[in-house]
Amino acid sequence: MESDVVIKVRGLRTQFGAQVIHDKLDLDIHRGQVVGVVGGSGTGKSVLLRTILGLNTPREGEIEVLGEDARRTADTVQQRTGVLFQNGALFSSLTVAENIQVPMREHLDLSRDLMDELAALKISMVGLPPDAGPKFPSELSGGMRKRAGLARALSLDPEILFLDEPTAGLDPIGAAAFDNLIAELQKGLGLTVFMVTHDLDSLSAICDSIAVLVDKRVRLGTMSEHMKDSHPWIQSYFHGPRARAALASRLVT
Amino acid sequence: MEQEPEWVESTGADGAVVLSANGPWTIGAVSTLDRRIKAVPLNGAQIAELDLSGITKLDTAGAWLLYRTRRDLLADGIDTRLKGLDTRYEPLLDLVEQADLAHPEIERVRPNALLSLLDRVGKSVCDAAEEGVNLLNFLGLTIVTMLRVIAKPRRMRVVSLVNQIEQTGLNAMGIVGLLLFLIGVVLAFQSAEQLRKFAAEILTADGLAILVLREIGVLIAAILIAGRSGSAFTAEIGMMKVNEEIDALRTTGVDPIEVLVLPRINALLLTLPLLTFFANVAALTGGTIMSVATLDVTYTQFVRQLADAMTLKNFIVGMVKAPVFAFLIGLVGCYEGLQVGGSAESIGRLTTKSVVESIVLVILADATFSIVFSYLGI
Ligand SMILES: Nc1ncnc2c1ncn2[C@@H]1O[C@H](COP(=O)(O)OP(=O)(O)O)[C@@H](O)[C@H]1O
Ligand SMILES: [Mg+2]
Repeated sequence: MESDVVIKVRGLRTQFGAQVIHDKLDLDIHRGQVVGVVGGSGTGKSVLLRTILGLNTPREGEIEVLGEDARRTADTVQQRTGVLFQNGALFSSLTVAENIQVPMREHLDLSRDLMDELAALKISMVGLPPDAGPKFPSELSGGMRKRAGLARALSLDPEILFLDEPTAGLDPIGAAAFDNLIAELQKGLGLTVFMVTHDLDSLSAICDSIAVLVDKRVRLGTMSEHMKDSHPWIQSYFHGPRARAALASRLVT
Repeated sequence: MEQEPEWVESTGADGAVVLSANGPWTIGAVSTLDRRIKAVPLNGAQIAELDLSGITKLDTAGAWLLYRTRRDLLADGIDTRLKGLDTRYEPLLDLVEQADLAHPEIERVRPNALLSLLDRVGKSVCDAAEEGVNLLNFLGLTIVTMLRVIAKPRRMRVVSLVNQIEQTGLNAMGIVGLLLFLIGVVLAFQSAEQLRKFAAEILTADGLAILVLREIGVLIAAILIAGRSGSAFTAEIGMMKVNEEIDALRTTGVDPIEVLVLPRINALLLTLPLLTFFANVAALTGGTIMSVATLDVTYTQFVRQLADAMTLKNFIVGMVKAPVFAFLIGLVGCYEGLQVGGSAESIGRLTTKSVVESIVLVILADATFSIVFSYLGI
């Protein structure tokens, strides 16, 4: 039986040339947690996500995802994780439906009808219109590409979902629907979510823990714990006008 | 040890078909389950009961199968009840139901193969015709812009012109020189082989001079430039299109034709004639060296024969083609670059297209020149 910790990072150091992005970074994420990752632009949120996925080799440190070393990207781990990259990263030569079916084709042996049904289901679940399936990524708007990317990430019903700024570029209503969907899936599937975001509304609505990237490390805690933190960046982030608005709206609803 | 997913049929009280689902209903198992579900005999039952109490794990794929089974049974007029589903999985079933209701029918159109072949052929013919019209439009636009810039020479983008001359001309000299030198060698060798049979080896010089000056020099140089610079034009302009840089130029009030297309076409108009001259020299040098080395003629004899054949007429017949080819290559390269849209993927496709199209146009133009020259008796 694997432990309750699904993502474990110890003493991580990442570096590009002389530029150190993370140093002595530790992070534990438990099964079923929805963790929002925040931090200033260029602090290395995307790099952290890529490193956990094994796409980027760290200088030092250990990373375990579902009990496996991230540097050996095992087939089983790939089947149990889903990723939505910052720009969707849809395969441009395939239609949306085919994009969603790529992981199914790679890892499972499903009949064509069943794959079509499941792709249509995922397309509807992420809130794309019914005619989106046969379209190519170049025919979609930015927000629709994000949704299609999410549908592909959900293709195999993963245990851990990695999202890189999922709601950036969506209209507020679409963003709220996105948050809702993640929350529902999280409840139904017991999903663990690692979400890089700048959207304070999603942070307060669906994240039960927030990882703040400051000074090359991560500070993990709940929103109210961070509110008490005296670090200047965290102070201005959680006490700025936007944060107050997001919190207020949450109290009202 | 994980339980195997199961789907058991039995008959309950009051003649109902009882279907019990057991084990993990997850995406790894749906393939088997799907086949089992489709094979269930209903024997005209009026009532079906889905007993889901044995399900130990459920994901959206499994929930889809459960939901679809119930939906299809209900559609067949069979009274269907679900029972025993763990409450924590209920939201999942609701989610799947909502998703299905939002998109009622799954369209699965698989068109006839022959029809779709015809469809594609027809479409590509129409596309080609449209492409021709658009290219002519673009030609007109370019010429108008060119005239406008000539009227106001201060608008000439000198820096990018010089930059393009370096990239399309200077940097291409190595490859053009090397390839044409080798082609000269091959030409001399092949014609000498044939002419030796008639003891007319010295005529190799005439053949070489005429072929290189009138055709080979300019044609090979143009094809190399189409592959090297035409493709670069498409890729560079296409990348700018994807990044919306072209739109940014337009909204700033800068004409993309003026700053991107004209410097490139003008650079080719200047460099391709020069490269052609250089190509002629390289090919003739290669041919001369090969001939002197393998034939029974002295260097002086061969060069005198060559000089006699290198008439001004032959030289000019080759040179007049160079600006025309340059214009075609530049025009197609820039036009295809501006056709890039949507995704970066189209850059690759259009770059290939630009190279193929410009080579085809160059050879068509060359054939037209040949016909016209022979008609005029030049
Ligand atoms: N492949 C790379 N090579 C060099 N530097 C990189 C690379 N990827 C990211 N960086 C640098 O790492 C830093 C963090 O980037 P990133 O994680 O994308 O920021 P963000 O937190 O905004 O997502 C940036 O300063 C970026 O310039
Ligand atoms: Mg980023």
